[in-house]
Amino acid sequence: MGTVFAASGVASASWLLLALPALGALVLLVGGRRTDGWGHLLGCATIALAFVWGLVLFFHTTGLPADQRVQNLHLWSWIPVNDLQVDFGLRIDPLSLTFVLLITGVGGLIHIYSIGYMSHDRDRRRFFAYLNLFVASMLLLVLGNGFVTLYLGWEGVGLASYLLIGWYSDRPTAATAAKKAFLMNRVGDVGLALGIFILFAKLHTTQFTEVFAQAHTLSGGTLTAVGLLFLLGACGKSGQFPLQAWLPDAMEGPTPVSALIHAATMVTAGVYLVARANPIFDLTSSGRLAVVIIGSITLLIGSIIGCAYDDIKKVLAYSTVSQIGYMMLAVGLGPFGYALGIVHLLSHGFFKAGLFLGAGSVMHAMDDETDMRRFGGLFRRMPITAVTFGLGYLAIIGFPGLSGFFSKDAIIDAAFRQGGWQGWVFGVAAALGAGLTAFYMTRLVIMTFFGDARWPELKTAEGKDYHPHEAKSVMTVPMIILAVGSVGAGAFLTLGHRMSDWLTPSLGQLQEHAAGPLSSTVVSVLVLGVSAIGVLVAYLVVARRAVPVQRPEPVSWPVRAARADLYGNSLNEVLVARPGQWFTGVLVFIDKMGVDGLVNGLAAAFGGTSGRLRRLQTGFVRSYALTMLGGAILLVAALLLVRFSA
Amino acid sequence: MTPTYYLLLSALLFAIGAIGVLVRRNAIVVFMCIELMLNSVNLTLVTFARINGSLSGQVMAFFVMVVAAAEVVVGLAIIMSIFRTRRSASVDDSNLLKY
Repeated sequence: MGTVFAASGVASASWLLLALPALGALVLLVGGRRTDGWGHLLGCATIALAFVWGLVLFFHTTGLPADQRVQNLHLWSWIPVNDLQVDFGLRIDPLSLTFVLLITGVGGLIHIYSIGYMSHDRDRRRFFAYLNLFVASMLLLVLGNGFVTLYLGWEGVGLASYLLIGWYSDRPTAATAAKKAFLMNRVGDVGLALGIFILFAKLHTTQFTEVFAQAHTLSGGTLTAVGLLFLLGACGKSGQFPLQAWLPDAMEGPTPVSALIHAATMVTAGVYLVARANPIFDLTSSGRLAVVIIGSITLLIGSIIGCAYDDIKKVLAYSTVSQIGYMMLAVGLGPFGYALGIVHLLSHGFFKAGLFLGAGSVMHAMDDETDMRRFGGLFRRMPITAVTFGLGYLAIIGFPGLSGFFSKDAIIDAAFRQGGWQGWVFGVAAALGAGLTAFYMTRLVIMTFFGDARWPELKTAEGKDYHPHEAKSVMTVPMIILAVGSVGAGAFLTLGHRMSDWLTPSLGQLQEHAAGPLSSTVVSVLVLGVSAIGVLVAYLVVARRAVPVQRPEPVSWPVRAARADLYGNSLNEVLVARPGQWFTGVLVFIDKMGVDGLVNGLAAAFGGTSGRLRRLQTGFVRSYALTMLGGAILLVAALLLVRFSA
Repeated sequence: MTPTYYLLLSALLFAIGAIGVLVRRNAIVVFMCIELMLNSVNLTLVTFARINGSLSGQVMAFFVMVVAAAEVVVGLAIIMSIFRTRRSASVDDSNLLKY
């Protein structure tokens, strides 16, 4: 790690990045109905200003020499308690600025899109307040200069996601999904919190600068423990195996929320955490291996399940699960992959946001219908959506020249170059994931935009005809901008190692394995081939015959398993929920019988004894006199005994 | 004329008084029995003063007499007022102060 410099110049006002969205959320929440008329505009304006300010900081930082780009801004002493000194401050460096631009840029486009998407919602102002809160929390997460500040943002993101996923709180499914997301995130948060506790116990600090400078003094076991606990946290927030089940359920929220969660905020937090804690992960190869394994499992799970769903948003959700799996795989490769993971995160931010906004546009046109079996042939009715969606689709499957081609192939290549059994296992898993991605995305696009139109013969939930139409420009313009990003971001970021060089002050120099079992060209051709097979199979399966409106039953066991989320929920229930309930039951029993029993028993014993002793007070003077006489005789007898026995 | 007889007499008087306090119900009689016990103690004190040739015991006896006189004044007044309100001087009847 290079030296950390105190922030100066415009960087000393970088707190504005946080303050703007937070102020927006505050004004909209406190202002209440008075702000209904212009609330959405304020919400967009704060994010836009934050984006502009982020650009200013970006150019300020690029103007600095490469070894002075990590800047620390101390704001105030937050928790000054004896040994525990937590400062509230911001860390302005290439990594955090990259995230700031992604969050405010893509997040801002989603804000603008929401003006149109939520125009029929009575509570649009409150929606924008929550969106602003979401962005503010995420910015705090990436900008904080210590693990505690990061944790504050981490929890803020959890809260905002809960509020937004449960937006349609009158629907029981949405309320349940919000609770599920919140609870599963807590599981991960416990891991992150414990990791921070260990760091504090061993190093007596939680600030990034000091922790990273002293990380090498920790023992291997401690580093691995911290790495695994951070991984647990990342699994919760990023929807990685085994905590992936909340992410698809989170589709209950409005579509812009899904786009925000999946592209710009929230799920990228896990990848950010691992990348940010790179000095720790650099030192623990077993921790990194765990990250790679989790990433590989998740990318396969996500892409397999994505093949089976008919709900357009759920397919995209599992696609996110799988793409985040790629990012985890990349950052788990350590110095060989941190930058690759971040690059894929950025290009994914563009194309996934574009895909989600496109899906939202389709839903908007189709009366909030999400079942792809009821779509078909929408290309002519909504050409802008179809084209932008198509570009996002080409980007995600890694069509040569588009974003995914540069960012995803680099990860697969790096996985192969690990060498040994690891290289083969993870490389093949990643390549297989690419083929599956091509399959389910092609299936989605064909079922939605091409083939026979199935909706003219169908009625909406209210029994009306479907009238698909192109969305308003406030929705299409963000989609077009994101489509441009999907096309160009990958090449722009990777050619000439632009991105990895920019990130070097934060993540260290991107290293490349000298050689793997396969050369980069072979890997590239292999991935293209696998993806082409995926596209071809999808074409043969979906496009060559009519799509039944009712989903076919019964189906073969792999499809059944995939439709049941590969039993992810059952697994969670059997492994975590049931033992948890049982354990809670036992604890309640012990509490009632043991702890309460002891305390209550003691009280009852005293009460009962005194109740009985009370009966000695009869009110008869003569019995008192007898007692006194007996006592006196006893005393005298005792005195005599002592005197004459000696 | 050994002092032992005085001690025996006072022990006898004390026993009579104690038994009287325990067995009699009439408050006046109980009261008199208490006086008897006090005076037996006085006798013991005076006897030991004589045996030891010291004045302390006799002085102590005077103190007891003063206290006894004061106690009689208060005690009889209480018994009188109880008798006036309850028409009874039995100590077993006034048993309200209990659990």
